[in-house]
Amino acid sequence: MNMDNYIPATAKGAPAGMGIDPVATGEKNINMDGIEETTIKMSARNLDVFYGDKQALFGIDLDVPERSVTALIGPSGCGKSTFLRCLNRMNDTIDGCRVEGDIRIDQSDIYDRALDVVELRTRIGMVFQKPNPFPKSIYDNVAYGPKIHGLAQDREELDHIVTSSLEKAGLLKEVADRLESPGTGLSGGQQQRLCIARAIAVSPEVILMDEPCSALDPIATAHIEELIDELRENFTIVIVTHNMQQAARVSQQTAFFHLGILVECNSTGEIFTSPSDERTQGYITGRYG
Amino acid sequence: MSPYFAVAVLIVLITFGHILGRRGAQQAAGGQNRLLHSLPHYYGLYVALWTGIPAVILIALWIPFQPYFLDSFLITSLGDKAIGLNNDQLGLLLNDIRNVADGNISSRANDPLVIAAANRLTEWRQLGYGGLLVITLVAAIGGLILARKRVTINLRARNAVERVFNVVLFVASLIAILTTIGIVLSLLFETIRFFGKVPITEFLFNLSWSPQTALRADQVASAGTFGAVSLFAGTLLITAIAMIVAVPVGLMSATYLSEYAPRKVRDILKPALEILAGIPTVVYGFFAALTVAPAIRGWGEALGLDVASESALAAGLVMGIMIIPFVSSLSDDVINAVPQTLRDGSYALGATQSETVRQVIVPAAFPGIVGSVLLAVSRAIGETMIVVMAAGLAANLTINPLEAVTTVTVQIVTLLVGDQEFDSAKTLAAFALGLALFCVTLALNVIALRTVRKYREKYD
Ligand SMILES: Nc1ncnc2c1ncn2[C@@H]1O[C@H](COP(=O)(O)OP(=O)(O)OP(=O)(O)O)[C@@H](O)[C@H]1O
Ligand SMILES: [Mg+2]
Repeated sequence: MNMDNYIPATAKGAPAGMGIDPVATGEKNINMDGIEETTIKMSARNLDVFYGDKQALFGIDLDVPERSVTALIGPSGCGKSTFLRCLNRMNDTIDGCRVEGDIRIDQSDIYDRALDVVELRTRIGMVFQKPNPFPKSIYDNVAYGPKIHGLAQDREELDHIVTSSLEKAGLLKEVADRLESPGTGLSGGQQQRLCIARAIAVSPEVILMDEPCSALDPIATAHIEELIDELRENFTIVIVTHNMQQAARVSQQTAFFHLGILVECNSTGEIFTSPSDERTQGYITGRYG
Repeated sequence: MSPYFAVAVLIVLITFGHILGRRGAQQAAGGQNRLLHSLPHYYGLYVALWTGIPAVILIALWIPFQPYFLDSFLITSLGDKAIGLNNDQLGLLLNDIRNVADGNISSRANDPLVIAAANRLTEWRQLGYGGLLVITLVAAIGGLILARKRVTINLRARNAVERVFNVVLFVASLIAILTTIGIVLSLLFETIRFFGKVPITEFLFNLSWSPQTALRADQVASAGTFGAVSLFAGTLLITAIAMIVAVPVGLMSATYLSEYAPRKVRDILKPALEILAGIPTVVYGFFAALTVAPAIRGWGEALGLDVASESALAAGLVMGIMIIPFVSSLSDDVINAVPQTLRDGSYALGATQSETVRQVIVPAAFPGIVGSVLLAVSRAIGETMIVVMAAGLAANLTINPLEAVTTVTVQIVTLLVGDQEFDSAKTLAAFALGLALFCVTLALNVIALRTVRKYREKYD
């Protein structure tokens, strides 16, 4: 893709003077509203996705700022998961799924032939809707990624990675004395935090979360939300959620999808207080979706 | 008149009962079907079932018992002529009489005694079937009238019909179970008789198997020894060879099919493997005996090895090939049952396909795979045709796959082929072997099904 057309999505339709190219600047800068603007970690341009003959996403342009939480909202079937799965090329595993357009991480094209998917996925972790711990011990679940990528020189280092990942996922206290018991024996919320620990263990740069709390009760959900807020310090997070309050609580940027189209993307405060599109307004006030 | 006539009449009555029940319900509701507890159709079924079931039970009881009664009448009527005959002779005579009565060829067709008895028999049969018809009619019409009387708008015909179907299905499932129990019991009794003649310790611990018993008291033949150890050893050897072939190949092809193969390849390969499973074992058998065994012998000779022409290796290899589709299709199901979310979880961590298969999918599917391998083992142990054709006959206690061994199934076949006295130790030994084999495969199947079920529960 020609770099001349490479206009950041957030700049579209923004007042003149705000059109600073964040990719070019590369460092933090403050815009006119005094909101901290950060580096763009990932970006999609003109993204079309097809399942067989059926088109699921239409010309998506979206930027994901670094070290912040981007929430994807929208009615069921609008293509949020599809978009998320494009970001780490999980759609490759689906028969008949075709992706067209351009997705970049740190400006390099992730659909480039020369790019190694396996390496890409270590940079972009993922947490799924239903907790899916492997049928292994808690320790082995977390150690799985570091082991296959050879991240630890010896057992000691591996132990360290495992405990610090569990610590960051806020699970260590609960499981410290039973690291060898099966991960599937934990409660749903603990399993989900185990999956987060597992994703963190390979030190990804981006973490994708597809409705990570939809199978959890309110307390476990609050736990995970806190966790997401902490993780934002070190990771770039993209989260799909059906819960408006959750999007409002945890995210800095929100993107509203509708029927495969990205209707609106803006800072979370803006989206929830004064959405510019009436479809967005309708959705967040619960008129449909 | 024949029993079929009674059945035909019954069918007419059942149809009639259905119509009556249906009509009756509609009349009772005064044309407003909405008032009925059940749809009119159910009232029809209700009356039809009441017409049919008691009569069918009577017919089912009558038909097998009629010949017994007629036989005993015949014997009484033969009077002194039957006295002085032993059981076998009496049986032959009755058989001749029956044959003449049926119009079949018989050696004593000209014997006036037999002809007279046959005429009597024909007459009694007519009487019997006439009686059957009467009883059927009485039962059917009685049931019909009773049921028709009960038809009111409040009759819960639908529930009653449901109960009847429930019972019918239960009886159907009982048939299979009772038959199996019957087979096992007969195995058990004959085995006990066998152990009356041959000590159980000999069967379990003696290393030699030579089931030659004297046919006549004056024969010089040995008394025969019945040590099953070498048979089970042979079975195990051949099964082990078969598993060494079938398990790795079957598992790898299952993994390829379920994880790697593109849809199109899978659509061709999977049915192809299933066709392999449909090849009659006798075809594998002569493939083993005529192609593989000579080939192995040839190679062995080229290497300077001494290979028997009916080697355990040949039989085991071919049996392994036969079992490949079995292992692969069962494991394929098990691997496919591993939830997609586990694969996604592994791929999302940057694992490659083979890492995912080795470290996530196989461990997750492991109990199921063990189950399918155990089922395959029990299949191999019970396999008969291939070993009858390709394994040896001589019991040979060895673990050398190049020598000939024999198996439990082969010995059962050779014990029972040919003319035997039914209660000689030699024939009864087949029952003991059969029971032992049954116990082994039963145990394997139970363990296999349990592990598979446990595994299913974990993910469903
Ligand atoms: N594997 C697939 N094969 C074919 N079509 C698919 C597949 N996955 C998703 N789709 C279709 O793509 C569209 C977008 O689906 P997607 O799962 O991305 O929606 P979503 O926004 O995540 O919905 P939800 O909120 O219910 O999870 C839907 O119309 C869906 O039917
Ligand atoms: Mg979704």
